[in-house]
Amino acid sequence: MELFDVIGPVMVGPSSSHTAGAVRIGYVAGRLLGEKVKEAKILLYGSFLDTGKGHGTDKALVAGLLGMKPDDYQIANSLEIAQRENILVEFGEARLAEAHPNTAELILVGESGNTIDVVAESVGGGKINIAKIDGIETNFSGEYPTLIVHNQDQPGHVSEVTSMLAHKSVNIASMQLYRSYRGGRAVMVVECDQEVPPDGIEWLTRVEGVLKVTYFEGTI
Amino acid sequence: MYGSIAEILEQSEKNGKAFWEVVMEADMESRDASRDASRQTMAQMLAVMKAADRAYEGERKSASGLSGGDGKLLEAYNRAGKNLCGEFLGKVMERAIKMGESNACMKRIVAAPTAGSCGVIPAVLLSYEEAFGAPEDELVNALYVAAGIGKVIGENASISGAFGGCQAEIGSASAMAAGALAYLQGGDNAAIVNAAALALKNMLGLACDPVGGLVEVPCVKRNSHGAVNAVTSAQIALAGIKSAISPDDVIDSMRRIGNEMPASLKETGKGGLATSESAKRLCECTAVCVGA
Repeated sequence: MELFDVIGPVMVGPSSSHTAGAVRIGYVAGRLLGEKVKEAKILLYGSFLDTGKGHGTDKALVAGLLGMKPDDYQIANSLEIAQRENILVEFGEARLAEAHPNTAELILVGESGNTIDVVAESVGGGKINIAKIDGIETNFSGEYPTLIVHNQDQPGHVSEVTSMLAHKSVNIASMQLYRSYRGGRAVMVVECDQEVPPDGIEWLTRVEGVLKVTYFEGTI
Repeated sequence: MYGSIAEILEQSEKNGKAFWEVVMEADMESRDASRDASRQTMAQMLAVMKAADRAYEGERKSASGLSGGDGKLLEAYNRAGKNLCGEFLGKVMERAIKMGESNACMKRIVAAPTAGSCGVIPAVLLSYEEAFGAPEDELVNALYVAAGIGKVIGENASISGAFGGCQAEIGSASAMAAGALAYLQGGDNAAIVNAAALALKNMLGLACDPVGGLVEVPCVKRNSHGAVNAVTSAQIALAGIKSAISPDDVIDSMRRIGNEMPASLKETGKGGLATSESAKRLCECTAVCVGA
């Protein structure tokens, strides 16, 4: 625990998990989409569903999608702002088995048609965990620069990613590998100590067998 | 680095450093930050607390309609000259409730240690500054004292209502504020840690049973009680009275009590006040409660 987790963070109330954490979830999901959100289907689960309205969880998630941070005064007005910017927002109930009590699923469509499906948990004190991306398990906090590579489950992709990072002098803090089934779709989640340069990410998108690359610069 | 209150005291005495200095230097080491960077961050927390205190809006209601307007009533009572508790304590209570209401109304606050307990520490420190005067640097030092106590509680017990009940939120905030206040009033290390121990002891076992699962009832008003408990505890400790149970043992007791508490009393809205007849009536009137 850091000292400024005890006195801090600066945030808009009323709840660090249901409000500040929800803003972070929206923010990270929006960044993972990688472009301006056009449509957002937001499904709530557990305590997010039960007490979300009174805690402003709905407004907080949308505020994050709009790029706001947890201390932004406009969080309370985010639904109106989204409407003004012609962003279609729809809320519903998430059908998840055995999820963390504070979970949200965000199904996003971007301006140019990119899509992403993010399941995220608010784990307390404003901290979050991105649990699933496009149906495949992931686990990361959004506190580090994070590279997410979707690829065909075939030999060599891990070394392509790690060689690129080594070449760019980026140190890996943690690395996780997941796949849907053998030879199917795989996901690599790499949390880094340094920012990954844009040309490195661009290079990865052109590698054969790599289906999708998303990157989140951390620092929220 | 320190892992207990006893270790902060040990390092303070061994190196001839103040309590706040031990806490500040551990933060610098942990985050690889300069002294200036660490102090600037803490000064920023103080500045946001002051801004939040000034920004209170007495007319505003929370989304559920359960909170808002009580700070204004206390302010009016304090101004009417009938204040039972004296000027300082009257302002402490007023500020604590105002900050709790601001939080419930989606205004900007500093979680200290949590959003639900955000009123306790600023109420005590800012009212002390107003009543007795304290330079900015001293207030920042006092926040380090509070944060050091809170960090030990967070690491060795909990500062989350979902894990430890309200004793972990308002109780921790009260212990942190008590230590900070003892420091501001010129207390030595013994006064600081005894104030914190006495404050926490009086909050042990406190349930987290918010109506509708919202950070409003009883949380907003409890900020005032936690703040007054901090002042009481600081005064007792400053007089030289010791807590018979050591601060680290009080914190460990809080952890064990938290573990033994049923889930219904740990921020689930499924027991205690939350399931009272009054709470059910309140939830019928608002569309934002659990099960509504």
